Amino acid sequence: MIPELGHYALILALCLAMVQAIFPMIGSLNNTPGWVNLARPAAWGQFVFLAIAFGALVQSFLVNDFSVLYVAQHGNTQLPLAFKVSAVWGAHEGSLLLWALILGGWTVAVSLFGRSLPDDMLARVLSVMGIISIGFLSFMLFTSNPFERLFPAALEGGELNPLLQDFGLVIHPPMLYMGYVGMSVAFSFALAALIGGKLDAAWARWSRPWTLVAWVFLTIGITLGSWWAYYELGWGGWWFWDPVENASFMPWLAGTALIHSLAVTEKRGAFRRWTVLLALLAFSLSLLGTFLVRSGVLTSVHAFATDPERGLFILAFLSFVIGGSLMIYAWRAPSIPRGGGFAMLSRESLLLSNNLILMVTLAFVLLGTLAPLLYDALGWGKISVGFPYFNTMFVMLMPILVLFMAAGPLTRWKQQDPTTLLRSLRIAFILSLVGGVLVALPMLSGSLSAGFAVALSLWLVITLIISARQRLQNKQGLASLVTDLASRGGRSYYGMWLAHLGVAVFIIGVTFVTQFDVEKDIRMSPGQDVTLGDFLFRFEGVESKPGPNYQSQFGTVRVFKDKQEIALLHPEKRTYQVQRNPMTEAGINAGFLRDIYVSLGEPLGKGEWSLRLYYKPFVRWIWLGGLLISLGGLLAASDPRYRMRLATKRHTSSVTDGPIGQGSQA
Amino acid sequence: MPGFVRYLLPLFAFLALAGLLYKGLSLDPKKIPSPLIDKPAPTFSLPQLYAPEKLLTQNDLKNQVSLLNVWATWCGACRQEHPVVMQLAKTGVPIYGLNYKDKRPDAKRWLKQYGNPYRANAFDEEGRVGINWGVYGAPETFVIDKQGIIRHKHIGPLTTEALNRDILPLIKLLQEADG
Amino acid sequence: MNCFRQLFIIIALLTALSAQAGLESFDFTKNVDEKHFINLISEIRCLVCQNQSLADSDAELAHDLRKEVYDLMDKGQTDAEIVTFLVERYGDFVLYKPPVKPSTYLLWFGPFVLLGLGLIVLLRTLGQRRKQTEPEFSEQDKARLQEILGKQDKDEQQSS
Repeated sequence: MIPELGHYALILALCLAMVQAIFPMIGSLNNTPGWVNLARPAAWGQFVFLAIAFGALVQSFLVNDFSVLYVAQHGNTQLPLAFKVSAVWGAHEGSLLLWALILGGWTVAVSLFGRSLPDDMLARVLSVMGIISIGFLSFMLFTSNPFERLFPAALEGGELNPLLQDFGLVIHPPMLYMGYVGMSVAFSFALAALIGGKLDAAWARWSRPWTLVAWVFLTIGITLGSWWAYYELGWGGWWFWDPVENASFMPWLAGTALIHSLAVTEKRGAFRRWTVLLALLAFSLSLLGTFLVRSGVLTSVHAFATDPERGLFILAFLSFVIGGSLMIYAWRAPSIPRGGGFAMLSRESLLLSNNLILMVTLAFVLLGTLAPLLYDALGWGKISVGFPYFNTMFVMLMPILVLFMAAGPLTRWKQQDPTTLLRSLRIAFILSLVGGVLVALPMLSGSLSAGFAVALSLWLVITLIISARQRLQNKQGLASLVTDLASRGGRSYYGMWLAHLGVAVFIIGVTFVTQFDVEKDIRMSPGQDVTLGDFLFRFEGVESKPGPNYQSQFGTVRVFKDKQEIALLHPEKRTYQVQRNPMTEAGINAGFLRDIYVSLGEPLGKGEWSLRLYYKPFVRWIWLGGLLISLGGLLAASDPRYRMRLATKRHTSSVTDGPIGQGSQA
Repeated sequence: MPGFVRYLLPLFAFLALAGLLYKGLSLDPKKIPSPLIDKPAPTFSLPQLYAPEKLLTQNDLKNQVSLLNVWATWCGACRQEHPVVMQLAKTGVPIYGLNYKDKRPDAKRWLKQYGNPYRANAFDEEGRVGINWGVYGAPETFVIDKQGIIRHKHIGPLTTEALNRDILPLIKLLQEADG
Repeated sequence: MNCFRQLFIIIALLTALSAQAGLESFDFTKNVDEKHFINLISEIRCLVCQNQSLADSDAELAHDLRKEVYDLMDKGQTDAEIVTFLVERYGDFVLYKPPVKPSTYLLWFGPFVLLGLGLIVLLRTLGQRRKQTEPEFSEQDKARLQEILGKQDKDEQQSS
């Protein structure tokens, strides 16, 4: 009964999505307020039904209703409660439902916080979001229904993929989806503005906080995914440039370019054509990622069980949404005004350069990800493109980006006098060079890469300090920091500051861990000691222990430094009841400056085991960087100037916006 | 470039990408073609399954169009393709087996139970010959011409469909070729 | 078929991810340097896995190939020779780092060509923008923004 309820709720949600997509758009184009006003209730209704459907699936998992095929495949009576809930999005069908629910949530948020938008604009935005929702809901109902029944019902469920029975994977997908789907808001704003012919300041102002929030979620999602891979996969890696990882990195890159480009568009009205294209691109890449992960065209470590038929459906939908939006772009873009002029050296020009580097980065990630497919399709043979390619390219492009990143905040809008800029940069340049050379000296690290990374980070940090000093000098010193934070534009600035600091931290983390990590595979018998760097590892053996739904080979390793015990680690090998394959759980001693990481290999008889020991310096800085970047984004999104006044609403509530482009043609 | 065409570029780029993705749906990323096609069969010299004192080498495959079928008892798909291989053997095509990373008694029992379609089996206990032949998963089937050159490799279980479509026509063609 | 495929993927996923290479059986005290060995095998793709290197895979074939690579290294073969050995048998697919040759120029040099083109467009745009006097937003635009956002924008124009 409950699953049928969920199924009907999904169908009703689809109907409401259709109402939301069709009527408000038509109404906004031919001035029918009654139709325009349908947008909001339809969006709300859709969300309510999606929530019911989602609740029904959760309930089916909680009560172990194995007459539902999806629950029978991925649920299990022995599953701990938290994982029964997260099992909902543990596989293809349910994760789509989460996607749709999150889209419904974003739609409601837009309709709530968008009350100050002109009605016709809001109607168009919601309509575009409705179209996207139609695509996903019909995809679910026609090819991937999570409520499909199984007859006769199974007595016991299969099992949630043991890899997913982990806290990291409980929260990683929702965060990532919040980011992917959140990009649809910027997309819908852009498309609505293009359809209405008004790519004006209000559009830029409006898109910015939404884009920032979506981008923050994406950043958190990616960071979590990397952290999860590190502690769960047992080989100490944190990024492999796997197609699935790239699928999340590409919209992030486009989103990063977009938030920078939006800054210019909001401030100076410039780059409008470019910004709107980026807004379309960011969400298009989210959709592309969905296709790549679920269609099976690429081989990946963590893809969903795939199916070409589903791939065809997503591809058709993708073509409609992306192709359609790019057609509208081609139609409208020529009439978009260019906006304010600026000098060769100005904040605008630096932000544009930053966009160029980000786009080239995006291009090589896309090219590398799709190259195996491209070469196969063209009959050029099968190739693999993996981390050596991506790392080489990334390392070549990132320093250029960092150079611009540092100069950006010190540069004025419109025009910057090169001599003053060079004066402030000179100090930063000398200091970072000295720092880098010192670190690269043989007595310190002897690593050129480490020296280079330190120089880059210092370059970022010092320019940030200079920039903050300049900002606070105008406002009488450090005491005004608090008032500055409350001012309009203040949090935008400090958000940028934090996020850029995060990049500096990230650079150090990545470089140091790749340069200085130590790894050892070793055969150990109980009581045996082994040294790795400054550490002594004592293996105390492995015992068998039962878990809630698995049997654990529970290892014990003590780590000593200078004869002091510093860590007691328990690497495990778990065998889950249904899917008998063993899963490794690494034993990790985390620290600000280093991790000690032990994973258990195979039993070799007589109590002996193979073990993998790692010393990973600065590895936490990678995720700390991601965290700072996310915090920065949140701070910027909370800037008071994005809080629109509702009082002024009355003046703009007409749907008669006049001919296309009237408001913006100069 | 006229002004408006510039704004069509993103659309064109996307259409090209969509075309590629469409093509991709019908490709299998896990099928890896062998670089050994049209190259002489790698040399090997392995004890035979039933007669360990006798060696099977690449020279035994020469002067006839033959198949080399890589199989093992631990391989489920080998069991699946076995009836097709049996059927093929009845048509008179010489089939040699490469018993890959297997145990001798297991292999003998398996053949006794399901039938033996092979002229002879090379027993590759350590899988070294398999590496030389670029084997990455059993079952795999090579078609070798009269000069001992590899002409085709089928990856995965043989099916009647694959036989009729690819392998039998190729064998016929190679048999007609002189040499 | 579909079911078979799903099953295959699940199995591959699990075996692939419970990765433990088991390098402990190799002797790194003689001809072969452990770090060098790991670096080489981590750039070689395991053929049977979803997307994993020889260093990380626990598949049977990965074990065999690791041993093969170790033996070749032990005999004093160079990285290039070992890579050629593998490519001759399995094709370019085994290399995570595609070799630079005409068919991969697109991959290795394409992004830089794009960077060059982008730079040209960027410099041209910047050149045009310098001469441009078009207002940031039209007066109508600004009025509309004021109307929507209220008057709060004015103070901000002065700050930052």
